[in-house]
Amino acid sequence: MRENALLLACLAAGVAAGAAGWAPEALLRSGLAMGVLGALVLQVGLGLGVRGDLRALLGSLRWPMLLLPLFTIGGTLLAMLAAGALLAHRPLADVMAAGSGFGYYSLSSLLIVEARTPAVGAAAAAQLGAVALLANVLRELLALFGCAYVARRGAGYAAVSLAGACSMDVCLPALMRGAGERTLLPAALVHGLVLEVSVPMLVAGFCS
Amino acid sequence: MFRILLLLALGVGAGFGLRRVEAVRRVEQTTRLTLCLLLFLFGLTLGADRTLLAQLGRFGSEAAVIALSGACGSVAAGGLLQWLLRRKGGVR
Repeated sequence: MRENALLLACLAAGVAAGAAGWAPEALLRSGLAMGVLGALVLQVGLGLGVRGDLRALLGSLRWPMLLLPLFTIGGTLLAMLAAGALLAHRPLADVMAAGSGFGYYSLSSLLIVEARTPAVGAAAAAQLGAVALLANVLRELLALFGCAYVARRGAGYAAVSLAGACSMDVCLPALMRGAGERTLLPAALVHGLVLEVSVPMLVAGFCS
Repeated sequence: MFRILLLLALGVGAGFGLRRVEAVRRVEQTTRLTLCLLLFLFGLTLGADRTLLAQLGRFGSEAAVIALSGACGSVAAGGLLQWLLRRKGGVR
């Protein structure tokens, strides 16, 4: 809880500084955030390697873990049917496409704008892209602040599912801490990989 | 994606090689700080994007419905799989 409050404070401080125009241009370059994300993943790897029991960890990879991304995709798309009923003014395929980002906001929103522009025009496609961007940013934040809590309640697979496409990078430290170190690592890696590959395919399918 | 996996593998290899170095063993603390920095940078990008902030009011509720539905659907599906596997004795 205290850790989530600290993370939330960092995010809020960033939003406030950005909105106030205090952010130097150099800090806004996406390359910097990618570099920090790389450093985060490298440190997660260091933490794993330091333990020295990687063979046992890889040995814990089981075939049911391959089912987890399929369940995540199925559960999310079923939930999008319900969301589509609430957002009746939007075509269901658009809602499904926005929900198929699994928190991968940059790629999914760009793909949606690109795929929908020929059919609905640039303005409507940009509007849908904005909805998808916001929805996936929110989804990533929900995952980041919620997955450790869900994992601590003993629902490790549910926590990995909640993390969506971020289960193998941004949410990995929270998942591992929540589940008691590395028990979820193989599932989280396989899950993140499959979801990242599936995002462009699902978005393209719903936008075609 | 492959860059992420490569960095993870590099980190694991380096961590294994340096596992007797005390400073490397304290990597969990630096991981938390890095995550804080990443979130701060993420917030900066969001806050500096005037268009996105303006759209928050207009499309925020739609985005919230999609995000919350997706999160609930995922949690339910992941929980269902874990329950099914526990029944079969396949997962702790």
